[in-house]
Amino acid sequence: MSTASVSLQHVSKHYERGGQLLPVLTDIHFDIMPGDYLALMGPSGSGKSTLLNLIAGIDQPSGGAILVGGTDIARLNDRELADWRAANVGFIFQFYNLMPVLTALENVELPLLLAPLNRRERRERALFALDLVGLADRVKHYPSELSGGQQQRVAIARAIVSDPALIVADEPTGDLDRKSGEEILALLDTLNRDSGKTIVMVTHDQKAADAARQVRHLEKGELSHLEIRQ
Amino acid sequence: MMQRLRGVPLAYVWRNLLTRRLTTALTAGGMGLVVFVFATVLMLEAGLRETLVETGSPQNVIAIRAGSQTEVQSGLPLTELDALSTQPQIARDATGHPYFVRETLVLNSLPKKQSGQPSNVTIRGTSATGLALRPQLKLASGRTFRPGSNEIIVGRSIADGFAGVAIGNTLRFARRDWLVVGIFDAGKTGFNSEIWGDSEQMQQAFRRSGMYSSAIFRLDRPDHFDALASAVKADKRLTIEVQRENDFYAAQSKVMATFISILGLTLTVIFSVGAIIGATITMYSSVANRVREIGALRAIGFRRSSILLAFLLEALLLGLVGGLAGVTVASGMQFFTVSTMNWQTFAELAFSFTLTPGIIAASLTFALAMGFLGGFLPALQASRMKIIDALRTA
Repeated sequence: MSTASVSLQHVSKHYERGGQLLPVLTDIHFDIMPGDYLALMGPSGSGKSTLLNLIAGIDQPSGGAILVGGTDIARLNDRELADWRAANVGFIFQFYNLMPVLTALENVELPLLLAPLNRRERRERALFALDLVGLADRVKHYPSELSGGQQQRVAIARAIVSDPALIVADEPTGDLDRKSGEEILALLDTLNRDSGKTIVMVTHDQKAADAARQVRHLEKGELSHLEIRQ
Repeated sequence: MMQRLRGVPLAYVWRNLLTRRLTTALTAGGMGLVVFVFATVLMLEAGLRETLVETGSPQNVIAIRAGSQTEVQSGLPLTELDALSTQPQIARDATGHPYFVRETLVLNSLPKKQSGQPSNVTIRGTSATGLALRPQLKLASGRTFRPGSNEIIVGRSIADGFAGVAIGNTLRFARRDWLVVGIFDAGKTGFNSEIWGDSEQMQQAFRRSGMYSSAIFRLDRPDHFDALASAVKADKRLTIEVQRENDFYAAQSKVMATFISILGLTLTVIFSVGAIIGATITMYSSVANRVREIGALRAIGFRRSSILLAFLLEALLLGLVGGLAGVTVASGMQFFTVSTMNWQTFAELAFSFTLTPGIIAASLTFALAMGFLGGFLPALQASRMKIIDALRTA
């Protein structure tokens, strides 16, 4: 099992629109320790999703460095970054983003296709991950045959199946009813406590933020304050 | 069930095609139609070549006047043919007679059964030796013509395609009535489109006294052809050109086969542009409907090249489905026979559509090429998407 330490060093991000630079993040500087469970909160446009994308390696900063497990991912090219994500990051999206034509088992197997595993090993790991999220009896179901909560659990199984160092979650309860949302938060809590997974989550939901150990608030692209929970 | 294709599972590619059944069927159907035209043209050309090539035998040699392209254009005097028949490379029977026949070839028009319109048929004056030199020719019904009589035998395609041609009927040409006494089947050869009778009677009827169209003979050894050709060329008395019979008939198909190829392939190229545009629209729509999936796959760690390959493979599969459909329908054309005029001989020639492994391979390659061309730009677009933009798509 692996854990992560993420170090954001004076990270900035801006976009160019009509010849003008629009700053989205300014001088973000903080560390995420191995096994942390961090929630990023802030109003719309505060830059929290952009920050999550930078940490996850699906966007590149305009300045600064992002060290994950000692690797400065800001310096990796597109191909290296893809390989790095495959090995180190598990994604949980608000709208699950499962492949509708693949079964739950096949969806969970997807990240393992990028790992040096044979078919049997892939199948065993995917079944184990689905069992872990309580969906051992739904392996052959297609996403359209599952409820929203079940689909998000498949997405969590997909995120953890390759044992990544870091799990990033973008509004993981945003599309779920209250009961399903609570189940997902309980699952993330278990992954953090029992498996020591480092989780970074963007949320608007105070209940989801309450489940995290730390909450970092952003306003207008800058860190405003930090809440530490027990 | 899930196989690796540099990352992206084949099941994902295939099932996405199945999910959009109607679009897939329509696009593949369009490609299938083009492949059908493509394969049919090649089958027509192959059928023509096969018919004319199989008409000849590599052991037989045909002699025509030097500079003539066809037997119809050729005229050889008896004196030259007599000189030719003494060449030592010509095979002889037990009694010492050469396997050598002088033949008269004329065109005559007969009304076609279906349209009633007249069309040229080849009438060949030959002899028992001429029949012996063509073992592929078998009597299907009736008997062969008697030497010195006004009797004729007709090829299967003539009996099937022309009005009033049946055993017991008479055909009138060259101011004589000719009694049909037999119908022959010469397999897939061009002889099926000919009428045969006694050479000397044809000579008289068509007033060709002393002039023949060609001579056919068998070599004593196939490798003696070059020696014979050199001897004929060196003999100043002869204005004759000799060719192996199969080479001669192969050359007869050249003009028509080239015309079929050019016309057919030009049409195919024009149609294929439409099919490629159809495939491009389908694939762009496929990409547009799966932008978030592409974003998720890229986020998980699939490289741009994997996405490019996945969509290209989808387009190739689309082409393959169309190709298989087109070839399957085209294979049904083998049951049809085409009868048309061979512009080199100006005579009616019947031939079938012939499907060969090479045509199947060429048709499927053509279908895959259409799929590739149709899918390349959409696949490139999919692979170049920015992950965060793709994931934000509603």
